[in-house]
Amino acid sequence: MATVPGISAPTAPRYSPVVKTSAAFVAVAAGCLLFADISITTLDPWSEMKRIAWGAVTPDFGAVAGLGMVVLQTIAFALCGVALGAVGGFLLSQVFHLGAVRWTCASVRAIHELFWALIFMQVLGLSPLTGVLAIAIPYAGICAKVYAETLEEAHLPALRSLPSGTGIVSAFFFVRLPDVWVHIKNYTSYRFECGLRSSAVLGFIGLPTLGFYLETAFSEGNYSEAAALMIIFYLLIATLRYWMRPKLVGLYVLIAPFLLGGGAAIDMSNIVRFLTVDVVPAPLRGGGLLEGRTWSGLGDWAGTLLIDQALPGMVATILLTQIALVATGVLALALFPLVSKKFFGPVTRTVGHVFLVVMRSTPEFILAYIFLQLWGPSMLPAIVALSLHNGAIIGHLVGRFSDEVRLRPDSPRGINLYGFEIVPRVYGQFLAFLFYRWEVIMRETAILGILGIATLGFFVDSALADIRLDRAIFLIAVMAAFNVAVDALSRQIRNRLRLSTRAGQA
Amino acid sequence: MLFRLNNENLGYDGAAVLRGISITVSAGERVALVGESGAGKSTLLSVLQDRYGGNTALIPQEPGLVRSLSVFHNVYMGSLHRHSAAYNLLNLVWPRQNEIKRIRPIVERLGLGEKLFERAGELSGGQQQRTAICRAILQGGDAVLGDEPVSAADNHQSRAILAALSDTFETIILAMHDVDLALEFSTRIIGIKDGGIALDAPAGDLTRPDLDFLYRD
Repeated sequence: MATVPGISAPTAPRYSPVVKTSAAFVAVAAGCLLFADISITTLDPWSEMKRIAWGAVTPDFGAVAGLGMVVLQTIAFALCGVALGAVGGFLLSQVFHLGAVRWTCASVRAIHELFWALIFMQVLGLSPLTGVLAIAIPYAGICAKVYAETLEEAHLPALRSLPSGTGIVSAFFFVRLPDVWVHIKNYTSYRFECGLRSSAVLGFIGLPTLGFYLETAFSEGNYSEAAALMIIFYLLIATLRYWMRPKLVGLYVLIAPFLLGGGAAIDMSNIVRFLTVDVVPAPLRGGGLLEGRTWSGLGDWAGTLLIDQALPGMVATILLTQIALVATGVLALALFPLVSKKFFGPVTRTVGHVFLVVMRSTPEFILAYIFLQLWGPSMLPAIVALSLHNGAIIGHLVGRFSDEVRLRPDSPRGINLYGFEIVPRVYGQFLAFLFYRWEVIMRETAILGILGIATLGFFVDSALADIRLDRAIFLIAVMAAFNVAVDALSRQIRNRLRLSTRAGQA
Repeated sequence: MLFRLNNENLGYDGAAVLRGISITVSAGERVALVGESGAGKSTLLSVLQDRYGGNTALIPQEPGLVRSLSVFHNVYMGSLHRHSAAYNLLNLVWPRQNEIKRIRPIVERLGLGEKLFERAGELSGGQQQRTAICRAILQGGDAVLGDEPVSAADNHQSRAILAALSDTFETIILAMHDVDLALEFSTRIIGIKDGGIALDAPAGDLTRPDLDFLYRD
């Protein structure tokens, strides 16, 4: 073959930064696998699995006493929490340019709803307010960020043609807000779906939502009852767009607070004690602030906590996160063809959609809880749960994206179509979605510690069980800092690889 | 006089598109800016808008509408500065009858009467352009600056639009691509070519061939 003189053909392929980054993440995950604790410790996982499968096909809707009320309360907690979070987030988005606000929002959303619930439980007891605040606070943080970014994208030419002298309030409501209103509305309704999941999961720590009854059913081995609860939950999410009408939202929000149920009365002295005694590191309590002994005690306290708990907790959290991240990616790439018009006909796609909807509607926490019952405590249930849930979310988004790819008429089929035409085109988008999920996966990994996997959540849970709130808060703060760091790292990688997408929903 | 530039270099981000521009426009003039696309007509208009925007209405080339709001709301925006924020918000949620009465004749004159409560994003390009013109008319003021405001209108509509603008504004500066219409409508023609003003004369002294050189390489 003739070559252009002076230009020698490269002899080895050159890999793009995107491929190199992916390979690095896979290598890190493989390294993590060497140190991860993966095992099945239950004696007979198969027979238990059979019983669960049998329960799944024989749901017993009669078994749950007051099923209607459970559903209503699950919705009510989500509504109150998300409404408060969205309004708070909207107000914060107006001052989001202030560094202090940005940092506060980043920190509050780095802490999982369940951790917030555990903290408020110490202060407010098992009151409805605990559940509502546990959803509202992290959601305000995330909504503030997304709303602020969305508002920044508002169309500017319309602002330019406003008469001079138009007030900022009028300009905001006539130009900025209407221009992005659809995005804000869509994002908020997506948040409400997340809120339903959060609300359900809050039941696991005692609030009267779906999770509470689910855990009871599971621990008693009533798998038919558990199946009924899960099916109700899927129906709730699948029918969301039929009952969550924009015109009815106001009415719902007005009714919801009355459905939260009563609870322990809020005790002011509890709150005061929490803020002035419980959260203060033990060595500082009663110690003279001018004595050197107090401060060296504090140093020892923090050092011991860091080395004995935060460090092993963090190592386990990172190992698990990196493995789950790559497993999520692999699963998403494997699953997306199931819902893509480029690969399958309507029948297979429908099956694929049902599978993905079920997987992404089931909170990671509940999936992990189920696998834990099956396989016993190790990292395996957590890895499978996280990758199934997140893989289904990303698979769904990538599948939808692949439908928009335009192929030439004589393009290849099957695996060649997958490898040469589709994956190279959707890979950037896929990676962007995956990196957006990174921080979410880490936050979720930490919380799975409550189930007995030795991530940071395990140590937080133990500290709370020992009523050592100072330690719990310290560990939560360490975790939040790590989460903010991962978020920043993910953003940096996305920028370097020029991955961008409207991934508000990822 | 209303507008004055004295030997200035105009452009974006320091890169001058137009050099050594001197213009004075007095009250009552109807000026047409003509020249090839890319000659710098928009640059000149946006500089005038930035300097003298105070009591001047603007019709941008991209009509600058909020696509998710109705024609009524987009036109109402021309009066945002006259009302309190609370009254504006009230009209955003629930248009007041007296505002509808004020706005209806303006949109009817430009043939948009039936579209009053349709969303701007659903209109054709020409209808969007006329919506932006209605907004400028409601806003009113000493002068209007328009960047190709009749580019998407047919001959008949163009004359109706120009007549409506003349009835509202004493002073008018429009970038126009239709030279015959420019000669017919304006009192003064400013021709832009090669980064400068190549022609500045009363429209009555000019005929079509006098302007041809502006469009020749």
